Amino acid sequence: MLDSHLLSLLIGLPLLGGMLVLATGGDKNAPEARVLALVCSLVVLGLSVVLYQKFALGTSKMQFVELYDWIRVGSLRANYHLGVDGISMPLIVLTSFMTLIVVIAGWEVIQYKVAQYMASFLFMQGLMNGVFAALDAALFYVFWEAMLIPMFIVIGVWGGPRRVYATIKFFLYTFFGSVFMLIALLYLAIQIGGFDILQMHSVKLSMQEQVLIFIAFLLAFAVKVPMWPVHTWLPDAHVEAPTGGSVILAAIMLKLGAYGFLRFSLPITPDASQALDGLMISLSLIAVVYIGFVALAQQDMKKLIAYSSISHMGFVTLGFFIVWSIGRSQGNYHGAVMGIEGAMVQMISHGFVSGAMFLCVGVMYDRMHSRMINDYGGVVNTMPVFAAFAVLFAMANAGLPGTSGFVGEFMVILSSFKANFWYAFAAASTLVLGAAYTLWMVKRVIFGAVANDRVAKLSDINSREFFFLGLLSLMVFVFGLYPAPLLDAMDATVTDLVRHITQSKLLPGG
Amino acid sequence: MLDNMPTVYLTIVLAPLMGAIIAGLFGKTIGRGGAHWITILGVAIATVLSLYVFKYHVMDSHAIYNGSVYTWLVSDGIKLEVGFLVDNLTAVMLVVVSFVSLMVHVYTVGYMHDDPGYQRFFSYISLFTFSMLMLVMSNNFMQLFFGWEAVGLVSYLLIGFWFTRESAIFANLKAFLVNRVGDFGFVLGIAAVLLYFGSVDYATVFASTAKVSGQTLQIFPGHPWSVLTVICILLFIGAMGKSAQFPLHVWLPDSMEGPTPISALIHAATMVTAGIFMVARMSPLFELSETALSVVMVIGTITALFMGLLGLVQNDIKRVVAYSTLSQLGYMTVALGASAYAASIFHLMTHAFFKALLFLAAGSVIIAMHHQQDMRYMGGLRKYMKITWLTSLVGSLALIGTPFFSGFYSKDSIIEAVAHSHTPGASYAYVAVLAGVFVTALYSFRMYFLVFHGEERMDQHTREHLHESPWVVTLPLIALAIPSVIIGGFFVEPMIFGKFFGPAIFVLPAHDVLAHLHAHDWKEMALHALGTAPFLLALGGVLTAWYCYRINPKVPAWCARKLSWPYKTLLEKYWFDHLYQYVFAALGRWLGKVIWQLGDVRLIDGVIINGSANSVGRLARWARQVQSGYLYHYAFAMILGLIILLVVFVPGLSGKMLALIKIS
Repeated sequence: MLDSHLLSLLIGLPLLGGMLVLATGGDKNAPEARVLALVCSLVVLGLSVVLYQKFALGTSKMQFVELYDWIRVGSLRANYHLGVDGISMPLIVLTSFMTLIVVIAGWEVIQYKVAQYMASFLFMQGLMNGVFAALDAALFYVFWEAMLIPMFIVIGVWGGPRRVYATIKFFLYTFFGSVFMLIALLYLAIQIGGFDILQMHSVKLSMQEQVLIFIAFLLAFAVKVPMWPVHTWLPDAHVEAPTGGSVILAAIMLKLGAYGFLRFSLPITPDASQALDGLMISLSLIAVVYIGFVALAQQDMKKLIAYSSISHMGFVTLGFFIVWSIGRSQGNYHGAVMGIEGAMVQMISHGFVSGAMFLCVGVMYDRMHSRMINDYGGVVNTMPVFAAFAVLFAMANAGLPGTSGFVGEFMVILSSFKANFWYAFAAASTLVLGAAYTLWMVKRVIFGAVANDRVAKLSDINSREFFFLGLLSLMVFVFGLYPAPLLDAMDATVTDLVRHITQSKLLPGG
Repeated sequence: MLDNMPTVYLTIVLAPLMGAIIAGLFGKTIGRGGAHWITILGVAIATVLSLYVFKYHVMDSHAIYNGSVYTWLVSDGIKLEVGFLVDNLTAVMLVVVSFVSLMVHVYTVGYMHDDPGYQRFFSYISLFTFSMLMLVMSNNFMQLFFGWEAVGLVSYLLIGFWFTRESAIFANLKAFLVNRVGDFGFVLGIAAVLLYFGSVDYATVFASTAKVSGQTLQIFPGHPWSVLTVICILLFIGAMGKSAQFPLHVWLPDSMEGPTPISALIHAATMVTAGIFMVARMSPLFELSETALSVVMVIGTITALFMGLLGLVQNDIKRVVAYSTLSQLGYMTVALGASAYAASIFHLMTHAFFKALLFLAAGSVIIAMHHQQDMRYMGGLRKYMKITWLTSLVGSLALIGTPFFSGFYSKDSIIEAVAHSHTPGASYAYVAVLAGVFVTALYSFRMYFLVFHGEERMDQHTREHLHESPWVVTLPLIALAIPSVIIGGFFVEPMIFGKFFGPAIFVLPAHDVLAHLHAHDWKEMALHALGTAPFLLALGGVLTAWYCYRINPKVPAWCARKLSWPYKTLLEKYWFDHLYQYVFAALGRWLGKVIWQLGDVRLIDGVIINGSANSVGRLARWARQVQSGYLYHYAFAMILGLIILLVVFVPGLSGKMLALIKIS
């Protein structure tokens, strides 16, 4: 019973929980709202641990599949079709984990419309799990778009002074992209008479069709990742979002775009992906290098971390698209699996690390009400425990071995060397750039003599803050020192994916 | 437990790690005493077991151990593991690292006595010991890189230990970033190893060098380069960062901002030798690339001579020792380039002892001087601190290569090896290492005379409080002075004349320069050296220092005046700091600002995003005006629309309309 509806529970429970939280009403019932949200997110996390434990390794088949009729219009059928494989399962676990962190992080900080705040994140959790679990494109699209609504609300209600500009920019960017994805999905649905994603994977398409579909997907996913040059919404959204919003945005929402590439672009349009891989690799490397330099120039900590996110996501898309380049230069695809797996590891790790970095900024912001680097200096003197966490996460962000931040970057660099020396060269520049912008910020904010009276009055983190930062640092170490279980979970799926996308889908003679 | 070697190896690395974790996380609870006892215990366990491993592998000649501890990850059929390779090379490194670390732990009890960050400091140095031991015991490139970066992290934390000092947090950022430049090459080197060997496991890689040696790759189209040369040079770039070789040497002198025990342990004895160790470990690769060896030799030559020259003009006691370290690392690198890996590791070992000694002695002086580090305010200290004085003298004599002292055996072996080397660049290297001997003797004894002899130039208050340091400081000095004297004579026969390292180091028969050395035992080697060029040059250096700083102290100032341009060049450290800070770093920041403002803010946001949003707005304003509210405007629009639709959709109508227009 549990197994056969586990995914529905992972989607439905947070949605239900969100409604219950909303039902607690106004801020006079805030304590109840908080506890309810905490219980709900704990239960969901527990369920996703069950999902991880019962997940069968060594197969690329969809697991925990649920399939029911949903809508039928003429010959087109859309089903309630769920299932997970080695790509989506880790992302669902990550989502559950980060939601719990956000609920705890917002505990005392949010005093205004508490129930609505907590409910928004629970809704988001359910909808994001839906995106990762959906095997029906129509269902996927519903979750994909619906998920944006709570995020708009979070930024729009609890956001900073320029929140309206940021939400509109966010909305326009993402909506612009999604429309094209919808058209592509409809086209594919007409071809196969339904919205089954797995059927879309196997449908034969001509090169022209593939290229158009690829570009339509690209517009949707590139905005979400975000890839250069459609990334400028992210720093604004982060700056205006409350801490919890930033955490989910960085930890999960960016991954949706990357997930889209793996679930749609690569398997549905492998020939177009191959034909356009030069473009994709270039955009990825520009993200790594160009954005690395841009991050160096930032004065606002949240902007800096936002740019750092874009740069790190460049590794993800690089790992995805070097497959064919490896094939061309080596004559076989050894190393391609490592590239995609490295990208996946980078996604998971970036979830923890960027989430933790935003939480660190949040911890300081709650006390100082400033995100500007220049307002700080010598925080270590008054907040030594916090400083230890901040330096740890900064090191993880700079890709220090032993932390999770290293694993993905290392794998993608190893893999991209097989494709081309210069790809690896450009990617490896992050070793210097990433360390430069991250540690320079640490130097200016954390280290040094006490810069001003406000820093002098700072109080160190409380036990609640210690708890969530501690939990995240545990994850950073676990995945840094022992990433094998994560790789084992995804290996069969990714291996199968590479096999699939390195075979042409063109019709004979087409 | 002792008969289960894997457990022994594991305990060697985990004992210091446990100490570090306990002192780091529970420092407040266990207090200062608890912190130093737990960490000293951890490192003491590591030291005792290292000595046991040394006996087990070196004296009892047990087989090489190569085994994995756990599988880090498997991806694409490639297994990345954490594991240990223990052979004679590892055994030597284990003893050097753990012993010097133990001495530094004990010394720290005295040196950091009043520091508020006491527990944190012990946690860091134990964490360092763990990282360095992981590095030297690794059996694969991935773990090597882990240790490599982990020691870099601890170095970063320790240089910036006094984090309120601007100079300290500038120096630690600089150290980390310069090291990262090296690691940039190192990572690419590892990636190349994986690509061409299909594994990052040492044993697998070294076993298949023959298969790869003939292959080429084209980084620049049309220029096929030997794969091994590219791999070795990329890896060596990593070594240049960690072992502070020119031109990535700039971070090491600044690292003196850290507390002195750190300078001894990390920035002299162990971490900075990681690059030397790595190249020796990779000898099966480097041997097959003459080009790479030549690069190694040239870089080492430049570092050995030119960094030594900088030591001549420093007034800060620690900086003199720091430049001396750079120069000695250069000697080790030259030896690597000459394929005299054994001599390089031998010098690494002797240097670890006498340089740690010199640093700790300098620290003892600094304690006595109330943290005054400028030698111009010292002098005559031999009267006040006998142990520090004598041990410093021992360290200096070892450093300049006085026969029978440990440094003599290792340095003379290097010079001899270079003399016999046929690596391209060896003849220049030979001149440079000989000149370096004079320079080393000069700056060493300049320091010695300025600190321990001559008039007492400190202020009245300091002079009244001058006294020898407590036993926790002097005991490590004595414990390091002993090996600084004897260890060279003891090990020169097996390491240089014998086959001490066995299969751990691979040398092509044609490159085996150490086989050409004349002497065959330690006495003969020392006696033979009297009267040779290196000895006379060292003697000349000491006498010059004696004349300039004891007999006629006006000479140095006169030299500085007469040779003002070279003097300024040395003072400014050849302007490398300026180059990096005002050119590279500034350019990076400038580039960031420019592309952000032009690319993101102006072009993407300004023109494309906000531009298109504005266009939509303008379109909407225009469209609003169409909806005027007047019925006859709408009626007109409807009629116009109807006509257009008719024209488009009714077949033939457009032709008839056109005809109608023509007729009228």
